[in-house]
Amino acid sequence: MTPLSDRTMAHLREVAALPAVVGERYEVIRELARGGMGVVYVARDRELDREVALKILREHTVSEDGSVRLLREARILARLTHPGIVPVHDVGRLADGQVYYAMKLVEGDRLGDYVRSRPGLRERLRIFERVCDAVAFAHAKGVVHRDLKPENVMVGAFGEVLVMDWGVAKLVDEAEIRNETSPERPPDFHEVDTKPAPANPRAPGQTRPGTVLGTPGYMAPEQAAGDAAGVDGRADVYALGVILRELAEGASEPVPRRLRAVADRALARDPDARYPDVPELAADVSRFLDGERVAAYREGPFDVLERWFQRYRAAVLLILAYLLARILIFLSAGT
Amino acid sequence: MVDVTHGTRRGFPATRLSIVRELSSRDTASRREAFEVLVASYWKPVYTYLRLCRDASPSDAEDWTQGFFVHALERGDLDGYDPERARFRTWLRACLDGYVANERKKARRKKRGGDIRHVSLDFETAEGELRHREIPAGDDIEEAFHREWVRELLHASLEELRTSSLEAGRELEFGIFARYDLEGPEQESRPTYADVAEHFGVPTTKVVNVLHAMRRRLRALVLERVRTLSATDEEFRAEVAAIFDVGRV
Repeated sequence: MTPLSDRTMAHLREVAALPAVVGERYEVIRELARGGMGVVYVARDRELDREVALKILREHTVSEDGSVRLLREARILARLTHPGIVPVHDVGRLADGQVYYAMKLVEGDRLGDYVRSRPGLRERLRIFERVCDAVAFAHAKGVVHRDLKPENVMVGAFGEVLVMDWGVAKLVDEAEIRNETSPERPPDFHEVDTKPAPANPRAPGQTRPGTVLGTPGYMAPEQAAGDAAGVDGRADVYALGVILRELAEGASEPVPRRLRAVADRALARDPDARYPDVPELAADVSRFLDGERVAAYREGPFDVLERWFQRYRAAVLLILAYLLARILIFLSAGT
Repeated sequence: MVDVTHGTRRGFPATRLSIVRELSSRDTASRREAFEVLVASYWKPVYTYLRLCRDASPSDAEDWTQGFFVHALERGDLDGYDPERARFRTWLRACLDGYVANERKKARRKKRGGDIRHVSLDFETAEGELRHREIPAGDDIEEAFHREWVRELLHASLEELRTSSLEAGRELEFGIFARYDLEGPEQESRPTYADVAEHFGVPTTKVVNVLHAMRRRLRALVLERVRTLSATDEEFRAEVAAIFDVGRV
């Protein structure tokens, strides 16, 4: 046999690692992305003749606990039907026993890459508002994301904004999602639900006290301290504050004081000092965009003037141009 | 004479026991068998590593490859491996570097003794394989050694897959696999499933199913070898992740 070239070797390593889906509903086409827990593949759904994204556990995370986590993520997504959250189509086990879930295939750019070619502050903030919408919806459904960062926000080819990777999300009522019955749930998973309650009330997939989940730099202080029980929606407010600051500081224009104050409030170390929820944060960003007074910033007379000038810039400039023209006409008539 | 027939089942034990553990066995036969497997699995990565990463001439690389294994067998150097401290592969390379540094210091070659002198390691073929290989610029030494190890692992597993397929009368299946997965990546325009199906006069679904089965078998053979060459379960899992779970993000 001839020696293996680097190219053939890379190909063999890839194809031998592909999940065993032959004979199943899906045909794996290629790898799309990989995170800490799972690999996402582009796959063809043979029954519906469409491309989907298939998430499967990474090689080194394959375990019962890993399977439960992936299944849990799928169930969380299934309860979050929102234009800003990728919908789950199907969940099941492959021939080799691995758990997978199929979701809508979204091809686009991660937020960080997307905004690189879009330096305008207003456009960036409009995207941020839509991220807030999706997260606020999840909070309303009792789900805290806990790992919000630009890498977990996808902007699709048609401008759709989707919050991804809910693998470490926290459920306000964990028992509810474990015990609820769903007609779509495949029989394979009943064993997960019918297991007797463990002596330790922590269910598989739940976070042990003291375990830190999230990404440094985006985690709220209480989350970084491992206070899993104390983490609520305000941890997501903090992460959104980091994203807001990054989007603003990366824009082509200087960051206005009022917007900086909005980010600072979202980034308060004390959760009580932050916006109480995501809609409040989003409302302040919207007010900033509309030239209205933001709740996070106490304005002086000069600030009010500046804001009014910015809000009615076109009208003010028009009036000034008109006045200037009248003065010039007056002066030329006098001479 | 030590039988380290390269790339065939003869050089590989049917057992799934770790040969790394067996290297320090008190039973001479077990120890010798483990050593044979070790040489069969590592001699070519060692030779390639010395040629590409340690700037050794072909004759020096030959001498040092043989010398290193003889030295390790005679002095029991590999017995001292501690799985807590490093992967076996990493530790083996560190031993090799130490051995080569020592040889260079002595600046002389010595005809080596012991059983291994009768072993026929096919250096000519190994050298031929290097002809079109370039030294990867800025490549990490550990990564380079790992890559050569994976190359040899896949090569040996493919040989075993080919032999077992032919013995089982599955020439067609191996042919389909070879055309798509071994020859395909080398071609400018890679064949599609339909191209391969047309070439062999079989339905496309057969190509899909055969590729799936052969890849699974190849994977199983690789895992079996990795398990045998790993000292602990942790090392096994880490090696498997490094082979199949390469960090493409």
